[in-house]
Amino acid sequence: MSTPFYVSPQQAMADRAEYARKGIARGRSLVVLQYADGIVFVGENPSRALHKFSEIYDRIGFAAAGKYNEYENLRIGGVRYADLRGYTYDRDDVTARGLANVYAQTLGTIFSSAAEKPYEVELVVAEVGETPEGDQIYRLPHDGSIVDEHGSVAVGGNAEQISSFLDQRHRDGMSLAEALKLAVQALSRDTNGSEREIPAERLEVAVLDRTRPQKRKFKRIVGRQLARLLAADGASTEAESADGAEDSEEE
Amino acid sequence: MEANTRGTGRLPAAFLTPGSSSFMDFLAEHQPELLPGNRQLPPVQGVLEAPHGTTIVAVTFPGGVVLAGDRRATMGNVIAQRDIEKVFPADEYSAVGIAGTAGLAVEMVKLFQLELEHFEKVEGAQLSLEGKANRLSTMIRSNLGMAMQGLAVVPLFAGYDLDREKGRIFSYDVTGGRSEEHNFAATGSGSVFARGAMKKLFRDDLTEEQATTLVVQALYDAADDDSATGGPDVARRIYPIITVITEDGFRRLTEQEASELSRSVLQRRLEEPDGPKAALL
Repeated sequence: MSTPFYVSPQQAMADRAEYARKGIARGRSLVVLQYADGIVFVGENPSRALHKFSEIYDRIGFAAAGKYNEYENLRIGGVRYADLRGYTYDRDDVTARGLANVYAQTLGTIFSSAAEKPYEVELVVAEVGETPEGDQIYRLPHDGSIVDEHGSVAVGGNAEQISSFLDQRHRDGMSLAEALKLAVQALSRDTNGSEREIPAERLEVAVLDRTRPQKRKFKRIVGRQLARLLAADGASTEAESADGAEDSEEE
Repeated sequence: MEANTRGTGRLPAAFLTPGSSSFMDFLAEHQPELLPGNRQLPPVQGVLEAPHGTTIVAVTFPGGVVLAGDRRATMGNVIAQRDIEKVFPADEYSAVGIAGTAGLAVEMVKLFQLELEHFEKVEGAQLSLEGKANRLSTMIRSNLGMAMQGLAVVPLFAGYDLDREKGRIFSYDVTGGRSEEHNFAATGSGSVFARGAMKKLFRDDLTEEQATTLVVQALYDAADDDSATGGPDVARRIYPIITVITEDGFRRLTEQEASELSRSVLQRRLEEPDGPKAALL
């Protein structure tokens, strides 16, 4: 008969955090930036079908790094939460803050319950406001904490480096093309500081565009429009906002 | 984990259980009392009085489909509302117009819109037009209990089929029976008169503008002979709701456009009260 080894709570939590962080670090990082007309999500994703970004509700978008099946589960939970809440009350009563709280509670409970393995995910919940001041971005690490972000945020394995790169260069009121290019620049930097090329077809890009006439502001940017934005001269801001309106939906 | 969606606690297990992409299925499992079809109605003597919406018409044209409705809701012989809306976008490429018990109809549309949107978000792709039409069938069927007590909802569903590249119209009966209509269709109390008008005016080479004029003519004829259908109300500036769905998606005519269309039809009717004449042979 052996007595179980004593593990201090601090040690147990540190081990779980370590486990989750390692899992998240295996995936590629992604960034979420504010720009003049909304919020842009940019990540490297070789898959066209398995998305890292998606629409949760009218003005709310979701981004996730880490283990696909776990964040997909959370994403669908979020869509169900938002749709049920909007159906019970009103569409305006669905907010990013409410959703972020629910995610934080969910992740936190899972993280600290000994019966479950911690989720290896890091999420971003963003809501586009009527004006840039109304934009909200929340970052949700694996342990259920919640961070209110402004301007730019990166999640995933290499997040710290990318964040500091973005912090130095991101400014308010960037055009979509400028923000997109900055994001790609940030993502192309490797851990050791060297740069590599990310071809357009490996990029997943989506926006929450406050200028869309529809109630639903989430839109994926693909194909020709993406190529045009990447090629665009950073200064030409009007050209691409006009594109956004005319381009047809992919989904 | 309690099933609390109103507070800000952890997501209940049902939310994180992999399952169907249907919002209705999720509700049925998680909060069945919120589904309109699950509502228990006490036994009612005779017919329950509630505002009713009346005439909805639809017509296809090469490149799309037009769906329109009058604005009147009646309760017995009383006009309950003059500016009710009975035609709604279902999603980007389809619309639904509803005749029958107004309260239930509006609720059904709300759930139907949500059902399509939910599927689209979860799956990352739209339902086929056929799939959307079938979903609506299921919803009407779940309302059968109330329909038997006089609270029927009879929609007309129209959309642009992206695969077949044309506009299509589906009509329903109270039991959820679905049938595809060719060229034109109408539902509601004034529908017989509207259908007569459309039968005489329809051609298969209509332009979008001619198709929208056609539905206004049909609604005028419905209002002319059916007391529960309202004609264009120039004094109060209440005009029919006219929507057009094409490859470019759903569009509702602005009030300005609807008013111009209605006024020009009215103008002609001052000269010819029975409207345009079809050839005898």
